[in-house]
Amino acid sequence: MSILVYIEQADGAIKKTSLEAVSFAKALADKEGGDVVAVALGTIDQGELAKTGSAGASKVLHVNDEKLNAGVIQAHAAAVAQAFEKVAAKTLILAKSSLGDAVAARLAIKLNAGLVSNVTDLPETGSGYKVKRSIYTGKAFAETELTTDNKILAVKKNAIDLKTDGADATVEDFDVNLDESVFAAKITSTDQATGDILLPEADIVVSGGRGMKGPENWNLIEDLAKELGAATGCSKPVSDIGWRPHHEHVGQTGVKVAPTLYVAVGISGAIQHLAGVNSSKYIVVINKDPEAPFFKAADYGIVGDAFEVLPKLTEAVKALK
Amino acid sequence: MKILVCITHVPDTTSKIQFTDNNTKFDKSGVQFIIGPYDDYALARAVELKEQTGGSLTVLNVGEAETEPTIRKALAIGADDAIRVNAFPKDSLFVAKQIAHYAKEGGYDLILMGRESIDFNGGMVHGMVGELLGMPSISPVMKLDIEGSTAKMAREIEGGKEYLEVNLPFIAGCQEPIAEWKIPNMRGIMSARTKPLNVVEQVSDEAATGVVEFKLPPAKGEVKLIDKDNVEELVKLLKNEAKVL
Ligand SMILES: Cc1cc2nc3c(=O)[nH]c(=O)nc-3n(C[C@H](O)[C@H](O)[C@H](O)COP(=O)(O)OP(=O)(O)OC[C@H]3O[C@@H](n4cnc5c(N)ncnc54)[C@H](O)[C@@H]3O)c2cc1C
Ligand SMILES: Nc1ncnc2c1ncn2[C@@H]1O[C@H](COP(=O)(O)O)[C@@H](O)[C@H]1O
Repeated sequence: MSILVYIEQADGAIKKTSLEAVSFAKALADKEGGDVVAVALGTIDQGELAKTGSAGASKVLHVNDEKLNAGVIQAHAAAVAQAFEKVAAKTLILAKSSLGDAVAARLAIKLNAGLVSNVTDLPETGSGYKVKRSIYTGKAFAETELTTDNKILAVKKNAIDLKTDGADATVEDFDVNLDESVFAAKITSTDQATGDILLPEADIVVSGGRGMKGPENWNLIEDLAKELGAATGCSKPVSDIGWRPHHEHVGQTGVKVAPTLYVAVGISGAIQHLAGVNSSKYIVVINKDPEAPFFKAADYGIVGDAFEVLPKLTEAVKALK
Repeated sequence: MKILVCITHVPDTTSKIQFTDNNTKFDKSGVQFIIGPYDDYALARAVELKEQTGGSLTVLNVGEAETEPTIRKALAIGADDAIRVNAFPKDSLFVAKQIAHYAKEGGYDLILMGRESIDFNGGMVHGMVGELLGMPSISPVMKLDIEGSTAKMAREIEGGKEYLEVNLPFIAGCQEPIAEWKIPNMRGIMSARTKPLNVVEQVSDEAATGVVEFKLPPAKGEVKLIDKDNVEELVKLLKNEAKVL
């Protein structure tokens, strides 16, 4: 029996979170038996497709249709449903993302599958089928039972370590039949930061809040981020005032991040901000106010002025190399 | 244009989350309930669109009688009438089945929801309803304009935006900055009392998932403070203790 994994790509590069989903599926297959088949949509070269093998897939179905390069939700759902049928899978694994969520929801209906999102651990299959997921924006967890034959799990970042030592995957071209109606929503253009590390996928995030005083000071955040190989984020007021773009806003109503290290500079630590970062492994807080609530959620803290601390910290990280 | 907005009734974003009954039930004591923040964005945009194009605006919630104050608030903000599907929202599939039924019955041109609920954060109901009704579902939508029978929107993707066009009817899961949250005014609050709130019965009992047990994350240990004049120490700790560098 196969476990199918839906792979997302951007400009022909497979997303790291999708490879993590492959590793999650592989760990599940090792436990329950079966193999892992990935399905990748759009123009992707062989070298990229091979990465699914290292991550744990034994086969990858490649739907080489450039109309699928963009994330057209209905078209992707239709294509993945056909792959699910073809390999007679019972389980679909995917990485939680802006596109993944939208595609998974439609697939749940198409495949008559129970869907659990924000999955943080491998399922327990001893008696019944139970999955742990994060709820209340990271403030709690729910052991969730799935009662359907077909199952879809949308996996949260860092639910599992990425595997890189898998065997080669066979690449198989796979043709799908897509009705014109699945292209009803037309993507007219995209506007995407290129070359940057994407916030939801970053292992390290450096975020600035209102304590940074203005957009002209963001070079201090960016310098540290660059030294750390980190993505940059911000608090909600910072994106509301337009100091930073909306897609950098972290928290309850913004991006939920799950990096290994989150560095918060000049952010008070309001509960709505914490909701977006509480899945981080380690949190460093830099704030001039020792009473800032963020210190209660932090592993390491520096009480001090960001404008003094940041340049020194950037230097210290540089010196490490 | 007939607009439907689906709203959740969820704990305020500052609520402390706790459980009772052997960790099988959410502890409502001391918790204030609000319209889901993303649903509130959807509602705010719907009110603006109605002002521009005319037509009607209905809100729908799948919930027990306790959600009525939340529904009344949506009426105060600007919805014309409301539907409450009288049932405990068991899971996303259950909710989607109810919404799909009543949405079809109402023949809406535009169905707006929140990007996700803030209790279970599924981000699924809009996609499920879209598939059940055979309509496009787009989420998360951060900008939405209607020109005739065409919707133009921006959808947030990792690291940027995607611009789309689609013909009505369709479903959108909304988030900021699609509109600014609206606060009900006195006139709205007064008129909300007499606007129709129709209670209807569930049309399907189907659900695919159920919560066996709730859990809280382990408590965080004490923060380690490092002197601001000794930032090298922080870098050492990150490298040698946390092993993240
Ligand atoms: C429904 C709802 C949803 C929300 N969702 C979100 C969300 O998703 N994300 C989010 O971030 N917020 C959200 N908020 C807003 C949240 O409540 C806070 O208002 C916000 O997080 C505060 O941002 P801040 O910490 O940058 O600013 P402030 O609260 O103004 O804090 C600034 C901090 O900087 C420190 N500071 C000032 N100068 C310096 C200096 N020179 N050096 C070092 N430190 C300095 C101060 O001590 C202070 O702690 C939401 C609010 C509501 C009501
Ligand atoms: N019980 C409910 N009643 C009405 N609408 C709901 C309900 N649950 C979810 N929704 C809508 O579906 C959106 C996505 O919810 P979810 O898939 O649970 O994250 C929400 O923002 C609401 O607009």
